[in-house]
Amino acid sequence: MIKTAFLLAKKDLYSELKTKQVLTTMIIFAGLVILVFSFAFDPANNTTKAVIPGVIWVIVVFSGILGLNRSFLSEQRNDTMQGLLIAPMDASSIYLGKFLANFTMMLVVELVSIPFLFLLFDFKIIGSIPYFILIMFIGSFGFISIGTFLAALAANSKSSEMLLPLLLFPVTSPILIGVVQATRIILTNMEKFSSALAWIQLVSAYDVIFFVLCFLLIEYVLEV
Amino acid sequence: MIEIKKLTKQADNKLILRGIDLSIEKGETVAILGPNGAGKSTLLKVLATLIKPSSGLVKINGLDLKKNHLEIKKLFGYLPHSSLLYDHYSPLENLVFFGKLYGVTNAEERAIELVKEVGLSFFLNEPVKNFSRGMIQRIAIARSIVHEPELLLLDEPHTGLDQGAISILNNVILSMKAKGTTTLMVTHDFKQAAEICDRIIIIKNGKLVDDFKLEDRALNLVSEKYQLQVEGVS
Repeated sequence: MIKTAFLLAKKDLYSELKTKQVLTTMIIFAGLVILVFSFAFDPANNTTKAVIPGVIWVIVVFSGILGLNRSFLSEQRNDTMQGLLIAPMDASSIYLGKFLANFTMMLVVELVSIPFLFLLFDFKIIGSIPYFILIMFIGSFGFISIGTFLAALAANSKSSEMLLPLLLFPVTSPILIGVVQATRIILTNMEKFSSALAWIQLVSAYDVIFFVLCFLLIEYVLEV
Repeated sequence: MIEIKKLTKQADNKLILRGIDLSIEKGETVAILGPNGAGKSTLLKVLATLIKPSSGLVKINGLDLKKNHLEIKKLFGYLPHSSLLYDHYSPLENLVFFGKLYGVTNAEERAIELVKEVGLSFFLNEPVKNFSRGMIQRIAIARSIVHEPELLLLDEPHTGLDQGAISILNNVILSMKAKGTTTLMVTHDFKQAAEICDRIIIIKNGKLVDDFKLEDRALNLVSEKYQLQVEGVS
């Protein structure tokens, strides 16, 4: 199963390397968000630093949706999804492969955009960088794992691009609340570290539960 | 090879397949004929594990479709209306990807061999999006046999093909038949059905209404039986 999932993820990432459609759009979107926020808030002002955790997750959520929307819609051209469904593998391999590809693209966007954001806002991390990376990882993991599942669900609808955000926001709101709070504490106020740790634990538990659920239920979603 | 008993499929209160009973021996080449909406493609999709049947029993090579779908998926190659190919990938990349998905050893060698077999060696590394309908169908045929399946499920494979592509497709089917592959082909093309098939099945309103063996490419017999069953002309 893992081997097939890696093969599917490799196929998606290689497609992206060839077409440069999704990742480029995601990075351009992230850059635009950072630019707009840098115009709206004065980077020299100290209170501006308070909006940074929020801006980080605005980038993740909205650029993530751009990528998620494409991940299953791209399989509708020439009915390639049927080609995957008739291959000797479980539907969960398709989910895992798509998840790995989406998660990799999300990490690339974060790697490019977050240093750019810190640079433009002249933001110096006073907290813990490893914990910040951990929060980014678990937050993106949860968001993409649920998003990949819902993208598969929405892909069968005619208005899937509108449906995905509608389904995604309510389900991922506990993750987003948790990671925004944890990011704020880790980046600006390490005195409340225990509180951040509680948020991290909550988000991690949510991630595990929903990843397993999505993994088990994908078979019913992908049925023709 | 294929055992179907009392197969039904219902969708949105409409009964698409109404108790199909069918038995197909290994190595047979069977054409499924019938008017539009008769349930031919649905039957093929059920066999291809794309649609779950509402009731009935389907066995392929003695394996139950419900319980052993992973093993069954390894046995068949499916060629629907769509090519199931990735547009921006070349024939080589497409076939290597699907070959690896089916666990084909030396997937690249097999892909090159198949592209040569369908007469498109010159376009090995060209993206499929630049191909004509006939060329795409040839690569789609190669994709469906990349893992050397024991059962070939073809849904109107001759539609939109030029004479060259039809001849290549027929040669592929006949060479697979020589290797002992069972072929099930949904078609509206009586001429092609008579040319390559040794048994004809006619489906009407989700029911199997006729099933007969064909000898000496008897196109007239196919037309007569079809008219009798479907159009009610004697």
